[in-house]
Amino acid sequence: MLAAVAVTPSWYLALGAILFCIGAFGLLVRRNPLVMFMCVELMLNAVNLTFVAFGTMLGDIGGQVVVFFVLVVAAAEVVVGLGLIVAILRRRPGATADDLSALKG
Amino acid sequence: MTEVAVFVVSAAIVLAGAIGVIASRNPVHAALSLVATLFGIAVLFIAQDAQFLAAVQVIVYAGAIVVLFLFVLMLLGVDQAEDLSVDPLVGQRFLAAVAAVGGAVLLLLALFAGDTPATGARAVTAAISDTVPNINQLGRILFTDYVLAFEITAVLLTIAVVGAVALSRRGDDEPATDAEEGGR
Repeated sequence: MLAAVAVTPSWYLALGAILFCIGAFGLLVRRNPLVMFMCVELMLNAVNLTFVAFGTMLGDIGGQVVVFFVLVVAAAEVVVGLGLIVAILRRRPGATADDLSALKG
Repeated sequence: MTEVAVFVVSAAIVLAGAIGVIASRNPVHAALSLVATLFGIAVLFIAQDAQFLAAVQVIVYAGAIVVLFLFVLMLLGVDQAEDLSVDPLVGQRFLAAVAAVGGAVLLLLALFAGDTPATGARAVTAAISDTVPNINQLGRILFTDYVLAFEITAVLLTIAVVGAVALSRRGDDEPATDAEEGGR
């Protein structure tokens, strides 16, 4: 019976959708800025999976090229974001995302 | 059959890792769960004939980005466990769960409801070919159709490096922390 089941691109799209929503939930709920950052990475990966699945589905290499650019942008984003987090946490050890409301002045 | 088994196992790893990231009390455990998710995604890339991306995923994400996360965790010493039992904003978790589940249901409905599966326009740039290797195809299109975007990402990376150095450099007159001033 299992042999009749074939993996379709929809499976990958569904997995990407679920992964994106898990990442979004974590981003909304967690307070530690580093863990929030990891949740953003989860969401980016879900989108990457979706791009590759669509590229395979449509027979177009462009989907994989976009994933390449997403990877580069994610790397740049992590470098700048972690720089910001280090700068904030060095001044206020143990700060959470809530404590950053002090930036309102 | 093998395809199904590969998909099911790596999807289970991906989802378990994702749950681990959002549910771990210790940020180091969250980072290690993130590695599991990234490896699962890399396996799924290979299952879809995107070998180059799978290699880059392991090298850049698991190798560089997660290591950077762990470096920052160790450097700042914020690796102590966090108390997740309290909900600082009343009802925020419930609303976040509603939003996440609602979003997932909407996306899955858009995928599976109706007669036609999700698709888009036909390929317009370059078709995936069975004879040319994946990396040759990627390289060719990257340096022809997408060469402008490629150059811009190079500029972006340079800016990011400069920005990170400027952000993390400590000025001479700047105190190490303001903990001694009673800050927090």
